[in-house]
Order: sequence, then structure tokens, then C-alpha cells
Amino acid sequence: MNETFEKTALHRDYAASKLGMWLFLLTELGLFFGPLLLYVMHDIRHPEAFHAASSGLDRTIGFVNTLVLLTSSLTAALSVASIRRGKTELTLIFIFVTVTLGGIFLVNKYFEWTGKIAHGIYPGGDAFAGLPPGEAVFYGLYFFATGLHGLHVIAGMLVLAIAAVLTASGIVNKRDFVKLENAALYWHLVDIIWIFLFPFFYLIS
Amino acid sequence: MANEGAGYLGTEGRPGGISSWIFSTDHKRIGILYLVSILSFFVVGVSLGFLMRLELISHGPTIMEASTYNSVFTLHGVVMLFLFIIPAAPSIFGNFFLPIMIGANDVSFPRLNLLSWWFYMAGAALALATLALGPADTGWTFYAPYSLRTGTYVSLAVFAVFVLGLSSILTGINFVTTVHRLRAPGMGFWRLPLFVWAVYATAWIQIVATPILGVNLLLVIAERVFGIGVFDPAKGGDPILYQHLFWIYSHPAVYIMIIPGMGIISEIIPVFARKVIFGYRAIAYSSLGIAGVGSLVWGHHMFVSGSSYTAGVIFSFFTFLVAIPSAIKVFNWVGTLYKGSIVLGTPFLFALAFIFLFSIGGLTGLILGALSINVHLHDTYFVVSHFHYIKFGGAGFAFFAGLHYWLPKMTGRMYNTKVANWSCLVLFIGFNLLFFPMLILGIEGMPRRYFDYLPQYSTLQIVSIVGSWVLVTGLIMMFVNLIRGAFRGPRAPFNPWGSATLEWQIPSPPQRENFEKIPEVTKGPYDFRGLR
Repeated sequence: MNETFEKTALHRDYAASKLGMWLFLLTELGLFFGPLLLYVMHDIRHPEAFHAASSGLDRTIGFVNTLVLLTSSLTAALSVASIRRGKTELTLIFIFVTVTLGGIFLVNKYFEWTGKIAHGIYPGGDAFAGLPPGEAVFYGLYFFATGLHGLHVIAGMLVLAIAAVLTASGIVNKRDFVKLENAALYWHLVDIIWIFLFPFFYLIS
Repeated sequence: MANEGAGYLGTEGRPGGISSWIFSTDHKRIGILYLVSILSFFVVGVSLGFLMRLELISHGPTIMEASTYNSVFTLHGVVMLFLFIIPAAPSIFGNFFLPIMIGANDVSFPRLNLLSWWFYMAGAALALATLALGPADTGWTFYAPYSLRTGTYVSLAVFAVFVLGLSSILTGINFVTTVHRLRAPGMGFWRLPLFVWAVYATAWIQIVATPILGVNLLLVIAERVFGIGVFDPAKGGDPILYQHLFWIYSHPAVYIMIIPGMGIISEIIPVFARKVIFGYRAIAYSSLGIAGVGSLVWGHHMFVSGSSYTAGVIFSFFTFLVAIPSAIKVFNWVGTLYKGSIVLGTPFLFALAFIFLFSIGGLTGLILGALSINVHLHDTYFVVSHFHYIKFGGAGFAFFAGLHYWLPKMTGRMYNTKVANWSCLVLFIGFNLLFFPMLILGIEGMPRRYFDYLPQYSTLQIVSIVGSWVLVTGLIMMFVNLIRGAFRGPRAPFNPWGSATLEWQIPSPPQRENFEKIPEVTKGPYDFRGLR
């Protein structure tokens, strides 16, 4: 690449980086708008089936996972607050806790999914075919939306891990921390989407 | 200003070769990358369209079977829409000129910009891979439930479009940020050239609407691979919801295609009328108006899909409403011409062709927007003709106008204007020969996407096919002339048309660094005082 040709000064526009990130987060919301719209339309048509299917989900795990993600959002915010004060080590600890909480969320999700799959309730499964139409769609949307969200959790963990490496190597520091801040913003998005998915899928019955 | 050196095209002081292009973060070089790749795919799309027309020259299978025909029109749509017309104006001219026009040295995120191009190429590779493997036969709309059942490579084609959408989103984010952050001192929003306004409005649609298409395509893949059932009536799903999600993006996408083209025309008209543009603010606001109201009209694609009468009336109303900002633009362009000192340059001829063709496209759109007539015309050649008048006659001709306007700046060389003027005329005649008969065929009841037709349609079909030959002749004339001009034409002066916008105040081709010193903007983009 032509380093001499790179306009390095342009890469240091803090407000531009933040604006770009916010616009990207807007597109992520758009991505989840689709399944939620489908959810609402199908819910209007099959309210009983949706409630019945929803009661089949484990609210306890859903609730624990909500707490886990909310806490991780707090630690993500704290990591940004720490780097602002120049406390690199504390920043790294908070990022580590955030990523770990993300991991716990995924483990819980794994047990939830495999529980359903063991009962044949998954697209293509034995029990799935026998479900009333509305319930099948509910679970179809459930697997799609939580699966897509799970991918975002993984992406968020990766982004935070990269931010941790950058922090440890000093590229992210007290003066220039926008990369970490954007990673944390992404993590908040992952959290917010879950805040919508949780009541939609777990609490309607 | 002289033409010493080759500006950003030159290699001095850095390694040359292909890698200096495909890994360059210079917005001008990325603009050229898009130019070359998009025009290559345009040739593919034209060839497919040409073959479709040729197939209809006689009854029964002529050069392909019915199933091949289905694949060809699908791929023609996918290539033309997602690989050509959506990215053409924003990605080529937007990349190259938006930063220069606002007095910046690059976009806000140069590396992201390069990444967009790589995503674009990856999406294009996937789309064309289906050509070899077994192209989808669903039409570019991928309507469920057929797209969930057909045995062709729909998932791959759909994924290709998803990747192209990602590229489009990243470009949109880049442009919105750039316009907000990198305007030169004195370049207020009301001094932005109208092309920048247009690309800015388009970028917002790209950001807001594209993710909806993205997730819809992911849902199709999930349906095909896992069978999640949301669109499958057999599992309690609803295919109509697919259509809703699809058009929530794809109707605004029509404006992604046309608004930058309108921006190009708004640049060219005042320059060749030697007059301040009439109704600058009205044109700028109408871009935003189209972007806004255009997001609320998607239901007019679904009047016969069994949506309620109330929904039909509402969508019909908004469809008529969105014609207003479009008409505002047309009236303002014509108003600019009034009492102007008109110079009949090549870009201007293309712009005039645009206004004529776009007006036909817009007015036939109103005919289709009327509920009762729509029932008769739905899925006929009338619709095909209407959207070609908008997308090819409108966006396509605007793009050609932009090519003739800006290529001297991009390459530093001038094409043969006489040949260019003739190619414009041949294109105009060919286009109307090709698509006007389709309006009549549609009214007479010829359905779209059929690979055969009843004998009473023969005459007009043949006229239309001959039109496609004339059109292709015009395209070959135009491109040969432009390519010759780009490589061997005489040196172009820095401001051949006497334009007032910033890109014409720097050398042709521009230096590597657009501006040695960021300019201080003191006047509007169409203030021609002090020029020539």
C-alpha cells in the first residue's frame, strides 16, 4: 500500500469516527427491524399460538442472560471511563470482564438452543413439523432472531478483543480512545437489541 | 493551469502496477476502480438484455429454452440493478468528485472506502458465479415462495446481493460523514453543489433502507437452508410479508438509482445555460423530499397482491405525492434554460435526452400509480417500459451525461465531441425504438417475463428488437469514442465547460492531493461571474 499517499491526518477526526459508528449502528437496527416486523405481523394473526409457544421458552435463562448483558454493558462503559483517565490496566480488566460476560451469555444460549433441539423443536425437526402453524413460525423467528443476535455477540466480543490488544499496545490511549469507544458502542447495540428480543420472545405469554 | 505530469494517475514517487490501484485509498483511484468494474458489468448486463430481445424475434425457442430465458432475465435484473445502476453514479462520480466538490482532500474513511470496493467485487464475483453454476430463475425480486423452492442457486445469488448491499451501506456512511465533517471553510450546506446534495440524500436512503433488504435476503437463505417457515404458507408463514420487506427497500432503491442522476443533471444544466440554477433550494429540498416520501410508497408494487383497499388508496396517494418533488426538479431545470445563453455541448445533449425520457418515465409511473389502471397494466410490458424509462432513460442517460461532463477531468483528455453527439442521437433513437413499443404492447396485454407471445404482438416486438440493435450500436459508438478519448484524446484544459464548481478549478487530471491548500469558499456553486 502507498503509505505516503495515505492521508493520515484524516484518520484522526474524532467526531467523524463517532458519526460513522452511529450511522453503522443505525443500519444494524434496520437489520433487526425486519424480523421484529415479521414478528408483529404474525403475532397479530396468531396471538394464541404465539403466547403458547412463548411459554415454552425458559424465562429464567432469558432473565439471567438479560442481567448478564446489562452488566456487560456497564463494564464496557467503565472500560471507556477508565481509558479516559489513563488507567490502562483497569481498562483491560473491564474489557476482559465484558468479553467473559458475553461468553457466559453464549453458553446459556447454547444450553437453551440444544434443549429445544433435543425436543425436536427446530426448523426441520420432528416436533417442529407437528406444531400448529403459528407456533412453528414463532420458533422459526426465535431461532433466526436470536441466532442473528448471537452472531452479533460473537462479533462484539471480537471487536472488544481487538480493542483490548490496541489498548495493551498503546494505540488506544488517554488521548486517542475512539476505537475502544466505538467497540463499546457496538457492544451497547448488542445489549439493546437483546433488550427488545427478550420481552418479544419470552415475556408475551 | 497546465497539464504537467499525470496528476493522481502518475506513478512517480511510488510503485506503479495493479496493486497501486486495487490497494489505493485515494478516493480518485477508487472512483476509477469503480468506473472500470461497473462498466464491465454493464457490458454483461447489456449482453443479457440483448439476448433476451433476440430470443423474441420469432415464436417458440429461438436461441434459448424457456428456463434459460427465466435465468437470463433474472441475471439481467440483478446485474443491471445491483452491479450497475445502484452503484454507478454514487460510487464512481460520488467517490471521485464529492470530496473535491466540497473542498476536501479525501472522504472521511478512506480505508473503509477501499473496503466497499472489495465488497462490491466480492458480491459481483458471487453473482457471476451463479451464471456458471446455475443462475437463479426467480426474477431479480426473489419472490417467495417460489424462491424458497426452486432448485437453482438462489441462496448464492441472494447472498451476492447481501454483500453488494453491505458495500452500498459502507459507501453511504462514508459520504454522509464526509459531507458533515470535511466541507471546506465557507462551504455551507447552501453552497453545496446540487450533485453533492443528491449524493447526500441518496446516502441516507442507502443507510436506512438497505439493511431491511439485507435481513430479508438472510431470511430467504434461512428459509432455504433450515426452513424456518416465516414466508412459507405450508408452515403458517406468509409470502406477502416477503414482498413487503422486499419493497420497503427496493422502492427507495429506485431513488438510490435516480437521485444521483438528477444531481448530475443539476450540475450540467446551469453550466451549459450559463445561468445560476433556478430554484437551488427547491431542488435540494426535493432530493430530501423524494428520499422521505419515496420510503412510503412501496405498497404500489403490491396492488394486486391482495392488500386491502385502504392500503391501496394510501399507497396510491403517496405515489402521486412523490411525483411532486420530481416534477419540481424538472420545472426548475427547464426554468434554468429559459433565457439562458445555451451552449449545445455533448453533456447538455444527454441532459436534454434525460429530461425527455425521465418525463415519460415519470408520467407512466403516475398511470401505474392509479389503482384501477394498475390492475390492468400490472406485470405487463407497460411496467417494463416504465421502469426502463426511469432507470435507463433517466438514471442511465444521466450517468452518460456525467461521463461526458467529467471524463475530461478524470482522465485529463478530451473525447471527440462530434462522435459523442452522434452517439447521443443514436442512443436516443434506439432507446425509444426499443422501449416505446413496449408501452403499447403492455396496454394491449403482453405480459412481462414471457419467452413467447401471441402473433398479434409480432410487429411491435420486431420494432422493439430492432431498437435494441440501434441502442447497442449507440453504446458501442459512445464507449469506443470515450475510451479512445481517455487514452489518446487531446489534452483537456482544466475547465473545458466553464463550470464554477470546485472540481473544475484544479488541474485535469487532479493532483494526488486535491488541494495544496484547502480552499476558502466565497461564492455559490453556480455563480459564473469572473469565469471566462
